[in-house]
Amino acid sequence: MRTSLSFAGPFSRPHRVFLALPLLALLGACDAVVLSPSGDVAMQQRDLVLISTGLMLLIILPVMALTVLFAWRYRAANKEARYEPDWDHSTQLELIIWAAPLLIIICLGALTWVGTHILDPYRPLGRLDASRPTQVLGKPLEVQVVALDWKWLFFYPEYGIATVNELAAPVDRPIMFRITSSSVMNSFYIPALAGQIYAMPGMETKLHAVINKPGDYAGFSANYSGAGFSGMRFRFHGLSNADFGKWVSGVKSGKSALDRAAYLKLEQPSENVPVQRFASVEAGLYDAALNMCVEPGKMCMNEMMHIDAKGGLGMAAVHNVRPLAYDKYARRGSVLGTNAGYVAALCTPGDAKAMLAAKHDRPVPLPDPGGLIGAGLSRPALLSSASTDAAKNL
Amino acid sequence: MVTPMETPNPADFVAVSPIFGRFTIEALPLHEPIVVATFVVVALGGGALLAALTYFKVWGYLWKEWFTSVDHKKIGLMYMILGLVMLLRGFADAIMMRLQQAMAFNGSEGYLNAHHYDQIFTAHGVIMIFFVAMPLVTGLMNYIVPLQIGARDVSFPFLNNFSFWMTTAGAIIVMMSLFVGEFATTGWLAYPPLSGIGYSPGVGVDYYIWGLQVAGVGTTLSGINLIATIVKMRAPGMGMMKMPVFTWTSLCTNILIVASFPVLTAVLALLTLDRYVGTNFFTNDFGGNPMMYVNLIWIWGHPEVYILILPLFGVFSEVTSTFSGKRLFGYTSMVYASVVITILAYVVWLHHFFTMGSGASVNSFFGITTMVISIPTGAKIFNWLFTMYRGRIRFELPMMWTIAFMLTFVIGGMTGVLLAVPPADFVLHNSLFLIAHFHNVIIGGVLFGLFAGINYWAPKALGFRLDPVWGKRSFWLWVIGFWVAFMPLYILGLMGVTRRLRVFDDPSLQIWFQIAALGAFMIAGGIACMLIQFYVSFRNREALRDTSGDPWEGRTLEWSTSSPPPEYNFAFTPVVHDNDAWSDMKARGYARPLDGYRPIHMPSNTGTGVVISALSVVFGAAMVWYVWWLAGLSFIAILATAIGHTFIYKRDYHIPVPDVERTEAARTQLLTAEAR
Repeated sequence: MRTSLSFAGPFSRPHRVFLALPLLALLGACDAVVLSPSGDVAMQQRDLVLISTGLMLLIILPVMALTVLFAWRYRAANKEARYEPDWDHSTQLELIIWAAPLLIIICLGALTWVGTHILDPYRPLGRLDASRPTQVLGKPLEVQVVALDWKWLFFYPEYGIATVNELAAPVDRPIMFRITSSSVMNSFYIPALAGQIYAMPGMETKLHAVINKPGDYAGFSANYSGAGFSGMRFRFHGLSNADFGKWVSGVKSGKSALDRAAYLKLEQPSENVPVQRFASVEAGLYDAALNMCVEPGKMCMNEMMHIDAKGGLGMAAVHNVRPLAYDKYARRGSVLGTNAGYVAALCTPGDAKAMLAAKHDRPVPLPDPGGLIGAGLSRPALLSSASTDAAKNL
Repeated sequence: MVTPMETPNPADFVAVSPIFGRFTIEALPLHEPIVVATFVVVALGGGALLAALTYFKVWGYLWKEWFTSVDHKKIGLMYMILGLVMLLRGFADAIMMRLQQAMAFNGSEGYLNAHHYDQIFTAHGVIMIFFVAMPLVTGLMNYIVPLQIGARDVSFPFLNNFSFWMTTAGAIIVMMSLFVGEFATTGWLAYPPLSGIGYSPGVGVDYYIWGLQVAGVGTTLSGINLIATIVKMRAPGMGMMKMPVFTWTSLCTNILIVASFPVLTAVLALLTLDRYVGTNFFTNDFGGNPMMYVNLIWIWGHPEVYILILPLFGVFSEVTSTFSGKRLFGYTSMVYASVVITILAYVVWLHHFFTMGSGASVNSFFGITTMVISIPTGAKIFNWLFTMYRGRIRFELPMMWTIAFMLTFVIGGMTGVLLAVPPADFVLHNSLFLIAHFHNVIIGGVLFGLFAGINYWAPKALGFRLDPVWGKRSFWLWVIGFWVAFMPLYILGLMGVTRRLRVFDDPSLQIWFQIAALGAFMIAGGIACMLIQFYVSFRNREALRDTSGDPWEGRTLEWSTSSPPPEYNFAFTPVVHDNDAWSDMKARGYARPLDGYRPIHMPSNTGTGVVISALSVVFGAAMVWYVWWLAGLSFIAILATAIGHTFIYKRDYHIPVPDVERTEAARTQLLTAEAR
């Protein structure tokens, strides 16, 4: 169900400008993207910033004025002023003292409740912008975002392409971001488009947004993630439909493909990475990145959670743990306990595909014993080569 | 040629020597010229200090009268000295960051590499919170609370000494990381998985963990001690609703400490297990969840900011009332406001991570609880305002700091409430706007409050007032410097600039960082003036001496005794009839008793606290460097010393009557001389 609610209902444009005056005066000289964004979500968030500030100034400004006034009027040198050393209570005043902030907070609290629900990043958009509250919205453009050390990888499942450190979207088409990270926490933030949301390994967050003006905007990680953090920036292009089509076919005309091996290479830490475009993407790569099982032979998080939800493997699970040797970078074993490890997959990606393809009423075919992996068996070739590469890059 | 990999041997990854652990000569940062230069300066300065102490033969005096002292006043002063020394380190970090950010434009990398810069912002946060703000606040409470409630010491004097030395031990462990190895490069809260062994394999996070764990023991014990003191040791007649407001806010703070620091201890212990034993609480694999760490650490972290600010709310109450020459307006609502803040401090922590994808209802709940805290805080501001109303305000330094606080803090409070609105937080979280906000409340609230408190109680603690001329210079530099340093950060935050960046690509931002750096240098001037103020006051101490014990026309019990107070604080325990006890005594023509003294029962000094803390430093360092034999040995030594201490049966003594008579006669003489 979509509604075109906007929390700013009672505040028409002129009022907003009035409330924003102090801030605007301060920011007259500089380009404050948070206060003049180009996407409807960020615009509504901007409005909330301004309205809340205005509401609070209703009480802050009188307090500041009274502080200066009382400090001056009741200075010791002013013998004219009344002096009542034992006056320390007034029920009426106390009521006002507690009630005034309470009233402001009731207003602000109501605004917060409504605003937080309307601007919930998980909630599909209800409108394109303030001027088109009722326009029917098409199917959103899905973009899958993976924060890598230290660059951004974007998948476009609709077009089967992927890019690094470059994001593009058509103007006035809702975008749905699915966001995860390969190693540590980052925060996905394009100030002109919408507020940020964290990118976390093994977890997925979502963000719905729309860009209303064509342009070239900055995007970056807003959560410190290690040595290359400062360079973890990308450009976000808001393009007209035609330009976006051209951009997509431009990417598609390239030669490079993103498969598991290429991903594992890309995932290695690198700084200030230039734009890269991939004309094709191996199916299921984003889900593998999300479930931390791009490395073949590693059990996916969702499978593991599913097994655990069904009661787990019992003691068998202990034998299913493989030592973690390939890893991202500089990883080493802990000193006192067992060496770091991971849970081995029970079947290869090929097996999984075969199983999915097979009809449910037929018995699941036994996996090819040659492809089986587990403790004591040899490691699949791809995994070994990836780890050798990792060792070389260290 | 691809070779199948065997099970890796941990020894391939970490070279742990059985004797030196993972310490090697490469661990010394000899390749960092800035660190080497700092080391040379510190070594020369420290060497000169040690030589001077030896030359003037003061070691024995320091050991007997200070290090082993269980007197809450001396411990309070030592806390203040620790906090001020660490302020210099924390501020050095701040100014280095400001310089880097002002320089690193137009392709310049600035002068700090990522590894060094990341350590600096981590150390700045850790040091300023744990080793500057906490010791200064604890020191103030330690010194003043027993005097305000008419007690002779805290409930557990030895524990007090031990707490101080554990805090110092934590500070020493963190300082060691500057010259031996490295400090964490994770940010001050060390979120995993970045702080996990996989992504931070070095010693930095281990220094962080052990520094905080050791200091945390001190903080928790000191909290228990002060709660017991306030609850059990008040002078007769002082009911809970007759306690001075500073004592009330101290009580609230210590309750917060005791209820929240164990959470920090636990979460750091879990991180330690992940790093040392290979558990998977916060790892990405094996069902670990880093968000649990974020959740737990903020359950400590949010009460922590109220731990810092509440005692200073108490200071402002005392100062406003004293310098307005008036009873505090709305004492009861002040007390209830503090208690409400204490309780609400526990139900707001999630606002630190609205952006991690909680649902809208959860986010709005925590946003609204956060806003609700501004109601009691607002009531407090109004109460100070109406205390000034119809008063006779004397603009001495403590009052100037209070006014500066009221004008500064309301802005910080406003931006704080703004950040509590989740959709607004989505665009401002982690930005320089957030940095400006919390410096606005921590400098404008906590530090200004500490400076008000230091100038207010210095005559009590030192026996002489602090020089007002240098004090005012420091005041103006600090206040103006603060605004110049942090207003640009608010603006940069609205321009979408995030925190912890080392280099920038947008040249239009540079001017704002340069203005902020200018502000930081003004603050440096403020700190310099403050140090000069201390020196000048000490030099002119005869002219500035307070012979009355009550230089500001004080209202609470600490002003009824001499400046500095005798070691027993009060020859006779005062009897309290009013919440402004000393004002009340003065108004009723209180006459100081001049005879009838009795021997005074006092606790004896002990060196156990120093020894256990020194052993804790050894233990912490050994754990950081994987020197297992030393860790085991020092841990056993800690236990042995603690057990050995229980066999010391001579823990107290009596001050004989002639000594009390002599001390009190000297005070009588001073008071008579002044009256003439």
